[in-house]
Amino acid sequence: MPSSEIIGWFADVGLSDRPTVGGKGGSLGELTRAGIPVPPGFVVRTAAFERFLRTLEKEGPIRTSVEALSGHELEKITALSECLRKRVESAPLPEDVNSEILAAHIELCGGDSNPPLAVRSSATTEDSADASFAGLQDTYLWTIGAQETLKRVRSCWASLYSVPSIAYRRKHGMPESSVAMAVVVQGMVNAEKAGVMFTRSPLTGDRSVVTIEGAWGLGSAVVSGEVTPDRFVIAKITGEISVREISDKHVQHVPAQAGGVKEVETPENLRRVPCLTDPEIVALKEIARKVERHYGRPQDIEWAIDQAGKIFLLQSRPETVWSVKERGPVAKPTDNPLQHVMKIFGGRR
Amino acid sequence: MKNSNATTKAKGFPLPSSLKVVPGTERAQASYPYYMQFSKEDDERFWFYNSMHFPEPMCVFDMITAEAAYCALGSANTRIHCLPTTLGIDYRIINGRVYIGGNAVTDPSEIARRTGEFQRRAFYYYENWERLFAQWKDKMMALIRSAQALLKPDLPEFEPLEHVHAGRGVASNHYILETYQKTIEGYFRMWHHHFEFLLLGYGAYLTFFDFCKKAFPEISDQTVARMVAGIEAEIFRPDDELRRLAKCAIDLGVEGEFREGTSPDEIIKSLEKLGKPGVAWLKELAVSRDPWFNINVGDGFYHYHRSWNDDLSMPFAALPGYIANAKAGQRLERQTDRLMAERQRLIADYRELLETEEERAAYDQMITLAHRVFPYVEGHKFYCEHWYTNLFFNKIREFGEFLSKHGFFPQADDVFHLSHYELETAIVDLMTSWSNGSPPRGISRWPAIVKERKEAIAEWAKHETAPALGPVPDIIDDPAIVMLWGITRENLDTWLTAGEQPHSNEIRGFAASNGVVEGVARVVKSAEEIDRLRHGDILVCQVTNPSWAPVFQKIAAAVSDIGGSMSHAAIVAREYGLPAVVGTGTATQKIKDGQRIRVDGGRGVVTLLE
Repeated sequence: MPSSEIIGWFADVGLSDRPTVGGKGGSLGELTRAGIPVPPGFVVRTAAFERFLRTLEKEGPIRTSVEALSGHELEKITALSECLRKRVESAPLPEDVNSEILAAHIELCGGDSNPPLAVRSSATTEDSADASFAGLQDTYLWTIGAQETLKRVRSCWASLYSVPSIAYRRKHGMPESSVAMAVVVQGMVNAEKAGVMFTRSPLTGDRSVVTIEGAWGLGSAVVSGEVTPDRFVIAKITGEISVREISDKHVQHVPAQAGGVKEVETPENLRRVPCLTDPEIVALKEIARKVERHYGRPQDIEWAIDQAGKIFLLQSRPETVWSVKERGPVAKPTDNPLQHVMKIFGGRR
Repeated sequence: MKNSNATTKAKGFPLPSSLKVVPGTERAQASYPYYMQFSKEDDERFWFYNSMHFPEPMCVFDMITAEAAYCALGSANTRIHCLPTTLGIDYRIINGRVYIGGNAVTDPSEIARRTGEFQRRAFYYYENWERLFAQWKDKMMALIRSAQALLKPDLPEFEPLEHVHAGRGVASNHYILETYQKTIEGYFRMWHHHFEFLLLGYGAYLTFFDFCKKAFPEISDQTVARMVAGIEAEIFRPDDELRRLAKCAIDLGVEGEFREGTSPDEIIKSLEKLGKPGVAWLKELAVSRDPWFNINVGDGFYHYHRSWNDDLSMPFAALPGYIANAKAGQRLERQTDRLMAERQRLIADYRELLETEEERAAYDQMITLAHRVFPYVEGHKFYCEHWYTNLFFNKIREFGEFLSKHGFFPQADDVFHLSHYELETAIVDLMTSWSNGSPPRGISRWPAIVKERKEAIAEWAKHETAPALGPVPDIIDDPAIVMLWGITRENLDTWLTAGEQPHSNEIRGFAASNGVVEGVARVVKSAEEIDRLRHGDILVCQVTNPSWAPVFQKIAAAVSDIGGSMSHAAIVAREYGLPAVVGTGTATQKIKDGQRIRVDGGRGVVTLLE
């Protein structure tokens, strides 16, 4: 099926589509178009949420009831949240939304009826300067079957009405009309190992290195901080691996039999073993450089390597910490280039 | 490391006055000139053991290498270029070990005054670098030629008749003294040439290095070094000549004569027997030898580090390996085009990563200067520490033969147990004896002294040497010490804490060349032990120098006590793509010969595995 007002396949969307596919969806589309390996998938665009919301509004106000509250009225927010979430999770979907998601689901799954999928919220405000807001949205890993997918899409929408989300928006006086949510539905990487990487050093801001953090199993254990990942630093240009900090990766996230993810202890013989080989570190570095070049600025990236050893990217967003720091030039050209040597010969440095 | 500062600062290094001369060697210690002996006042200052240049106890004659070098280094820094923050290097010797300390300039007004002088002098050198460097080469070659022209010391029974008829009127004994004094004078002069450009060259390199470290805080030292290093520097040339000779042997069909374990003499004899092709190869050998085999197996500071020309076993030991590599289809010549292209790519790629055009412009200025000056930094060693130094020690050796022929001591090399002052007295003694017909007085004096001093050297070699003495400075701000010895405050902390963790199985140093290798350590404490290295061994040594390059073809990794990212071991290891950790301070003391170790050249860590 082609992309539509409701569904956007990764290959058909990009960063400029952010208002309709959200930050995460736009980024995954952008990566797909740039030829970076990303698990295949589609975005349930904000229009689907808008249509759903319109049907809901007919039965009782939603946006105005949120805007009526102040950020400090926690009890009222809690009561409203409970009510709104229930409605979002249980009200029937508009027919076109329902059928298009189901059709996309079938196409994504191909012949295999039940491959595991990841359903991830992709808010249009997400990845903006205030990253903490992004953390309020949900991601559901290892969902199996069309009904489960539909359910998780609703869960993502519902997360917009969680207590912290509402409280956050009210505290910052954000208009509800600006709040929309797209949802990413994509193939799940059965990761043997996964983690994050940064195309500039998070410690020093150095743009000449890629810092890679990784651990066994799904990347959620690293992102959530439940395991101390191995840490590698590799020079972008020379490929020298200058840091290899191998940590005790005591737990890992693995798929649960009934769907979802569970935490298990890492087998003893793997705990203190580096999760990445040198060729994998180099391959990740190459992909990181490609992404950074594509965007023209430093990136924070989530990666995974599946059981067959294939690398996938799950997310890439602009690095925000060092990029906003104002740093003076390390040195300026001098009229007499020899003046530079006074830094060495001229006394205390 | 930060946490340890508090404890180490209080601790400090032993005071010079707490060091004891090894009992029984007091007279040998007293043979070093008074100005090299420690005194009470020296306790106030910080000193470190210069094991980079002087890894073994120094014979009293060989101390001229420290004396002449520091005299010239200090002159260049203090009086010629007027470095703003540092004067020269002071040195002392105890138990045959050379300690050095810098004289820093700390008074701001004095620094300002010297800065003005420095810019009038050093900047002129930078601005006229190519012309002055060309002039330097001429001066250096003239000095080498004049050393080559010095007479071999000898005394005829009667003055040759032609001298008499020509009315020369000056007897041969006078020319012995003249030759000796010219030999010593030339050696001191050579060191002035050595330091004429050196600090300025290193300074320009460090300027670029410093910039890279600020712009790219996590860039490795070796990457910066690779951006600056020359491709066709003289230090690669002796090794290149060996590759050329290996190829010649194959082209001439005489490669079968080069078998491992066969002595150079035997190989040369069998080549001569082969007739035309063998003789043709020997001609090629002669071409390589002059001047490229004037490279000694040390760094130019010990009389017994003979040159390849004096002892062909080092170059010949490497030939079978090069021949085998060539036959296995390996390209033998260094691929200078490829190396140059790699260097340019590195420079361009890092340039692209800079954030602003302003920074790129500054980067361009600094790398341009570094490239202009670096040929001197890389090239001077061949002329100074190798070629000229070989001529010098061989000339002194001729005096040794001469004196031993006249009964002053049993062997020619015994001469190196006399200081250069004492040697002159022995020469005057012999001149006098020749003139008046009495036996030389020295024949009853020197043999016992030489014996005593030899025993002292052997004794001193058994004792461990404290890496540093005296109070730990807050920071090391002497550019000469940082540049030449790679000594920083962080190094000192490592040295201080090394003793506190006797059970640690890790030794840390500079990450000099990337890669991880496990293998058997071969601890090579002097150049004579090089032939103990087997294929796949990990070389563990105090310091390497250009003549060691051929061993890098058979080792798996290299570890050294001394050296930074531009040290010889680091440069050659990168060329050969071997992991290397340099500047560990203590590897040769901590690693046992034959022990299994892991060398992580990317992190600068050596792990003892058993």
